[in-house]
Amino acid sequence: MSRRVGVLALQGAFEAHQHVLRGLGAESTQVRTPSDLELVDALVMPGGESTTMSHLLQTCGLFDAIDSRLQQGMPVFGTCAGMILLAKGVLDGRSDQRSFSAIDIDVRRNAYGRQIDSFETDIAVDGLAEDFHAVFIRAPQISRIGSEVEVLARHKESAVLARQGSVMVASFHPELTNDARIHSMFIGLLQEV
Amino acid sequence: MGQAGLVGTLRDMTTSKAISASGPMRVNRGLAEMLKGGVIMDVVNPEQAKIAEDAGATAVMALERVPADIRRDGGVARMSDPEMIEGIKAVVTIPVMAKARIGHFVEAQILQALGVDFIDESEVLTPADETHHIDKFAFTSPFVCGATNLGEALRRISEGAALIRSKGEAGTGNVVEAVRHLRSIIGDIRRITQADSAELFDWAKKLGAPLPLVQEIAETGKLQVPIFCAGGIATPADAALAMQLGAEAVFVGSGIFKSDDPSPRAKAIVEATAHFRDAHVLARVSRNLGAPMTGIGMDKINERYAERGW
Repeated sequence: MSRRVGVLALQGAFEAHQHVLRGLGAESTQVRTPSDLELVDALVMPGGESTTMSHLLQTCGLFDAIDSRLQQGMPVFGTCAGMILLAKGVLDGRSDQRSFSAIDIDVRRNAYGRQIDSFETDIAVDGLAEDFHAVFIRAPQISRIGSEVEVLARHKESAVLARQGSVMVASFHPELTNDARIHSMFIGLLQEV
Repeated sequence: MGQAGLVGTLRDMTTSKAISASGPMRVNRGLAEMLKGGVIMDVVNPEQAKIAEDAGATAVMALERVPADIRRDGGVARMSDPEMIEGIKAVVTIPVMAKARIGHFVEAQILQALGVDFIDESEVLTPADETHHIDKFAFTSPFVCGATNLGEALRRISEGAALIRSKGEAGTGNVVEAVRHLRSIIGDIRRITQADSAELFDWAKKLGAPLPLVQEIAETGKLQVPIFCAGGIATPADAALAMQLGAEAVFVGSGIFKSDDPSPRAKAIVEATAHFRDAHVLARVSRNLGAPMTGIGMDKINERYAERGW
């Protein structure tokens, strides 16, 4: 069955995600309103500024709509800022910043430093035969992992790709490389549930 | 290599804008990608920086005077005091940008040393070099540069800019020049996609731009790096206008902190930029914002900053 994957399009790298999803043959639409959300079976939350997205999610009524879909088990994939939005705890965020608590992790914003500290590296990913080239941009770091969370990749000591049920998160940007394997894992997860 | 082979290679290189780059250029174009759909606000002190972040800005541009004041004061406008840039960096969690003069690579070195997230080689400051722009490949930090037309945009990309902004006319509160520049850049991109392979040589000559970059546009229909809009945006409708014309994000300089009530206006412009095609949202956020900055007509300004840059 063909499923429609929405990409949260309030701000950030949503077009880059759509490009990868379309390359995989998935139908992808932009989600800016609660009615856009009703049309999708799964959601990607892109990188961008989490403070901006958190603000816009509340002004357009999407926060509660997404929250209720997440509680019903809608599969979701958050990268970078998207991971911050899905985390249970956010460290070094703004006091009014809200997150969905969809995955039992704590995340520290900008933990890797400023843009000058942004980097790329090859990482080993569970279930992938070859390393994945990961791009980290002012990246957040997972600082605590709940017992129900499966770690799929690490960089040095830190988890950088993780999954709990139908929620998948990455602290890097798989949408910025020509490699669709991680999006493909998410599409696979979508078929499981 | 035959034409078909060349086009094939270019397609492989540019399937996605961020993919054709590697090294610092990939993470730098990547940061530009993350700023899409957002509003970058000029701020002159930590209090304004907080207001901008609270309103949902994706980044702030730290500078000593907004363009409207630079225009009023005259004299030479230079890079801001590092102390003031540090003060702004200390109070916000979003990226901080700062401006260097055109061609002033030492100001850029200083901004990189300060750990500024994006360096704007800006025509709003007084140019330091009337022939050369900064060789941006010599830096790790990303650069944004202004452009009034496609040739200028491609020259800046060939020098290593990770992001282009249409220049508009800073400090005027008048969107007319921003519209002119966006239409020129995006219109020529459209026209190039209709050109045949022989015509591309003439396009490169007319634009004064490297041929491979012109051929790439013919193939992909877009610039290698994101294009944002700057210079004259004062209202939520102005921001949405720029977005509907094809800008991928907006810079707002004097338009926010030279208005009567900056905080609600900043929030409204953020919302208008995200929902730029939704006239109902635009109508809602445009209400009761107080007076925008007064603004000036193009026939009343004594110097066009957009003419700075080569």
